[in-house]
Amino acid sequence: MHYRQDRGFDHGVASEITPRGIYERRRDLLKLLAVGGGGMALGTWVARDAMAQTARPNKLAALPGIHSAIAGGVTMEKLTSYTDITSYNNYYEFGTDKADPAHNAGPLKTRPWTVAIEGEVKKPKVYDIDELLKLSNMEERIYRLRCVEGWSMVIPWVGYSLSELIKRVEPNGNAKYVEFTTLADNKQMPYLGSNVLAWPYVEGLRMDEAMNPLTLLAFGLYGEVLPNQSGAPVRVAVPWKYGFKSGKSIVKIRFTDKQPSTSWNLAAAREYGFYSNVNPKVDHPRWSQATERRIGEGGVFAKKRPTLMFNGYEPQVGQLYAGMDLQKNF
Amino acid sequence: MAAVLSPPKPARSKPLWLHPAAKPLLFAVCLLPLAWLLYAAFADALGANPAEALIRKTGDWTLRFLCITLAVTPLRVMTNQPALARFRRMLGLFAFFYVVLHFLAYSWLDMGFDLEAITKDIPKRPFALVGFLAFVLMVPLAATSFNRAIKALGAKRWQTLHKLVYGIVLLGLLHFFWMKAAKNNFGEVAIYAVVIAVLLGWRVVRRVRGKPAR
Repeated sequence: MHYRQDRGFDHGVASEITPRGIYERRRDLLKLLAVGGGGMALGTWVARDAMAQTARPNKLAALPGIHSAIAGGVTMEKLTSYTDITSYNNYYEFGTDKADPAHNAGPLKTRPWTVAIEGEVKKPKVYDIDELLKLSNMEERIYRLRCVEGWSMVIPWVGYSLSELIKRVEPNGNAKYVEFTTLADNKQMPYLGSNVLAWPYVEGLRMDEAMNPLTLLAFGLYGEVLPNQSGAPVRVAVPWKYGFKSGKSIVKIRFTDKQPSTSWNLAAAREYGFYSNVNPKVDHPRWSQATERRIGEGGVFAKKRPTLMFNGYEPQVGQLYAGMDLQKNF
Repeated sequence: MAAVLSPPKPARSKPLWLHPAAKPLLFAVCLLPLAWLLYAAFADALGANPAEALIRKTGDWTLRFLCITLAVTPLRVMTNQPALARFRRMLGLFAFFYVVLHFLAYSWLDMGFDLEAITKDIPKRPFALVGFLAFVLMVPLAATSFNRAIKALGAKRWQTLHKLVYGIVLLGLLHFFWMKAAKNNFGEVAIYAVVIAVLLGWRVVRRVRGKPAR
C-alpha cells in the first residue's frame, strides 16, 4: 500500500479553498436537492414562503397573511384560479345556480358589520368587523375545499383560527357546540323568498371541531378581502367537511349545550348529517362520494380524482372522531 | 316589357320549405348547438366546470329538439302546410342525436366510462333512472325511422310505436324537473312544462273532437 504523507490534510494552495459563504450556499442547495421528488414542491413552497403571499388578482383591498405554520395549513397543490373560485360557488341567498352568487352578490353591504358572540360564554360581546380583523395575526391558509355535490377546489384563504376568537370570549362548561348564523336580509338577498332552505342559514360545529386550529375564520382569499359572493366580510372555512358546513357572511356565533339545528339537516336529514365530514366511503343517498372533480384541472376530459378521507386532513382531525360510527354519524 | 307582364314565377307560390336547399339548410342549423358546444369546450368558454356544462347543455338540447319535433304536426295542421311533415323525421333524429351526446357526455366526462360506476349510479338517482329510461325508449324510434322500417312494420303499427314519443317527452320533463328539484329551481322547468302541455294538449283536444291528431 502506498500512503500519502499528509493523509488527506493537504489543502494545496490557498486559492483553492472555497470561501465560507460559497460552501454554505452550496449546502443549502444540496439540502433542497436532497428532498428528491419533493424538491419541486418544496421549491414552490420556498417561493411562497418568501412572498408569504399568493399573487393578488388586484380586484379588492389587500389583506396580506403570513405563511401559516399549523399542520395541514398549507397544501402544496395547484391553486384553483381566482376566477373559478369566485364565479362557481353556492350561496343560495343569491341564487341556486353556481354562477348566480357572482352575478347577484355585488351590492351586498359589508360595512358596517357586526358579529354577535352569544350563549354559553363568560364574555359575550358584539364585535365590530374591524375589531375582528385585528384580533389575531392574519395567516394565509391553503385548503382543499370539497363540495358535497362532488367538485373540489384549492383555495388560499386569509384569516386566523376560530379558536383565537373562542379563547377570548371564554366559553363556560355548558358550551358543547358552536352555532353560526349567517346574514338573511331580504333587501339585499334576492333569493330569500325561495323556500329551498329555512333562512337564516345556520351551521354548527362541535366544540372540539371549532377549537381545532384548522377551523378558520376567513376574511380574505388570494391576499385580498373576500369578494361578496364568497362570504364577505367574514366566513368560516372547515376544510375536512363538505363546503356547506362553512357558513358565509357570519353575523352571530352562539355557544350552546345542544346540537344546533342546521339548515341543510332541517331540509333533508337523510341526505345531510350534522357532521358532514368528507368521506369517500359514505355516499350521499343520491350519488357516490368516492370521487371528485377538481375545478380547473385538465379541462373537459380530465378524470375525476379520488376523494380522500376527511378531505385529506385525517392526520389533523381523525382523532376527533375516534370510535365514532361514521356511517351513522354522517 | 314582356318580362314585366310574364306570369308570376312558380317559385313564388311554392313555399320556402319546398326548396331543395331547405333540408340541408335545416340539417346545418340543427348542428349549430353542437358546433357551439365544441367551440366553447375548446375555447374554454364553458365556465369553471366544463364537463358539467356539456352534460347539461346536451340535455337541454335533447328536450328542445323533442319539443320542436312535437311542434311540427300542430304547426302543419294550423297553417295548412302539409309539406312541413318532411322535416319531422330529421328533427326527431336530432333529438336522438343530442340524447346520445348527453348520455355519452355523462358516461365519459362524469363516469369515465366506468361501467360498474354507471350501473351503480343510474339506479341510485331517480332522476337519472328516468332520464335513462327515456333514452332507451328513444332507441326503437330512431331505429325505425327509415322508410323501409315503416313499410316492414306497416303504417299502423309504426304509428302506434312512435306514439312512444309522448311518454318520452314526459319522462324527459320529469328528468329535468327532478334534477332541478334538489334546488327548488323550477323557473326553466315551468317553461318546458307549459310548452309540452300545449303540444300534447292540442293533440288531446283534436282527439276529443274526433279529428285525427297525427
